[in-house]
Amino acid sequence: MSVDAATVRRIAHLARIAVTDAEVPHLQGELNAILAFVEQLSEVNVDGVEPMTSVTPMEMKKRVDVVNDGEIADAVVANAPAREDHFFVVPKVVE
Amino acid sequence: MTDLTSLTLAEARDGLARKTFTSVELTDAHLAAMERARALNAYVLETPEQARAMARDADAKIGRGEGGPLAGISLGIKDLFATRDVRTTACSKILGDFKPPYESTVTTQLWRDGAVMLGKLNNDEFAMGSSNETSCFGPVVNPWRRDGSDAKLVPGGSSGGSASAVAAGLCLGATGTDTGGSIRQPAAFTGIVGIKPTYGRCSRWGIVAFASSLDQAGPFARTVRDTAILLRSMAGHDPKDTTSVDRAVPDYEAAIGKSVKGLRIGIPKEYRLDGMPSEIDRLWSQGAEWLKAAGAELVEVSLPHTKYALPAYYIVAPAEASSNLARYDGVRYGARVDGNNIVEMYENTRASGFGAEVKRRVMIGTYVLSAGYYDAYYLRAQKVRTLIKKDFEDCFAQGVHAILTPATPSAAFGIGEKTGADPIEMYLNDIFTVTVNMAGLPGIAVPAGKDAQGLPLGLQLIGRPFDEETLFSLGEVIEQAAGHFTPTRWWG
Repeated sequence: MSVDAATVRRIAHLARIAVTDAEVPHLQGELNAILAFVEQLSEVNVDGVEPMTSVTPMEMKKRVDVVNDGEIADAVVANAPAREDHFFVVPKVVE
Repeated sequence: MTDLTSLTLAEARDGLARKTFTSVELTDAHLAAMERARALNAYVLETPEQARAMARDADAKIGRGEGGPLAGISLGIKDLFATRDVRTTACSKILGDFKPPYESTVTTQLWRDGAVMLGKLNNDEFAMGSSNETSCFGPVVNPWRRDGSDAKLVPGGSSGGSASAVAAGLCLGATGTDTGGSIRQPAAFTGIVGIKPTYGRCSRWGIVAFASSLDQAGPFARTVRDTAILLRSMAGHDPKDTTSVDRAVPDYEAAIGKSVKGLRIGIPKEYRLDGMPSEIDRLWSQGAEWLKAAGAELVEVSLPHTKYALPAYYIVAPAEASSNLARYDGVRYGARVDGNNIVEMYENTRASGFGAEVKRRVMIGTYVLSAGYYDAYYLRAQKVRTLIKKDFEDCFAQGVHAILTPATPSAAFGIGEKTGADPIEMYLNDIFTVTVNMAGLPGIAVPAGKDAQGLPLGLQLIGRPFDEETLFSLGEVIEQAAGHFTPTRWWG
């Protein structure tokens, strides 16, 4: 399988990465090189094979369902590029 | 007094305990060496004040007889590990001047045991790369050069800063992370030791995530023993990482010098590649001879799905990366580039903040997870991964204790040599290491010889799950036979 220019733009938008028209042909070439490389997986017989979900056979530990952290709003927003009090500030999303 | 930066970690530990020198002296010697070696670009942030404060504290504890297993030992930390109030960037512009309000579990344990942080080490952006050329801080230079040449070589990647710093004596040991070979390949390229432990052995909490089902932290040092000492402090269960394993951490150092008599070592025939340089082949045979001379038994084994590991990796890893890196949106931390609306803000922030390799992988990951392609790519790759793991399980079930392979298909290459139009050329560097991540197994790279141009080459030993001890015992045999590899200082 290979991707065309329109698909490259669609993937970029899904990935929330702005691309310029000038970048598209270059990205298209690189993505197609990678897709051509992984194409060899289609020759493997995977009938009846379970997909891997956990590489180490272990039961996931669950912690007690209690509040064990919090009251650290200052630390949570400390690195925000734009903030007001304990809020993150973003461009207007509701008209 | 001997140059304190040329000591092994174990020698420094013993010298500190005997009070032959202090941690402040050891730290100052390393800080001075770092200053002289800035041309290598190994450190992206030096933290001299914090280092001296930690060293003074270690000296006081040693004086009171309360020093921990790493008391006063000077370490470098890959910039992928969150360090409280110390800039952590994953060497990506998108994290800006991010100062984590928390500390990673692995580094917390190193400081608990008394270690001293010298600074943060360069790496490929988000650990995506095999040459340390994708870092937003620029490439790291390998302290090794080809005989008679002053061409700058890569130290490998993604933990290139860690490898270069350890090889050049800019720290006694360093942390790394390994998703497809990012500890073992740079260790091999710089003539030092690096181990990727079993998946789940070290907590991933507080390490910037790349591909969560493959990422694992591990140490670099100049001897096998030193990596064993470091791993004991780094490993252990952490309630904050549900994939970390609740299993006692052994005294890995006790495995050093243990007899390897009777151990069965597998030599996988699929790792003998067409067109492999003859010096890699010779190194591999030499390693097998050394293990045989030490009493190990060599057997040919088959890992039939080996050739599919790299293509499966280049589906699974980008898929997980595209999900993990979705958090970099310019809202909660890092750099923001404004737009006319929130989506434009996201797109501009990510376009400007991510480098070319990261964008490429996020886009591949987005594509293979997108509607209509998930089954053909991602699901199939995860099935192939099951088969790769089964290859190893079958091999171990036949009584094989460990597997010996080359660490890399070549020695270090020049900066800029493999950054052409085809990304696959760079990806092939990890051909011998990536299978180990896909199967979650431990793997150690040990320097074993040099190529015709005088550059170090490494061998890899792959172990059974949670049997790092056997790797340390076998690695020590190779190290004893091959000797140590020290670059000639040219960097001031």
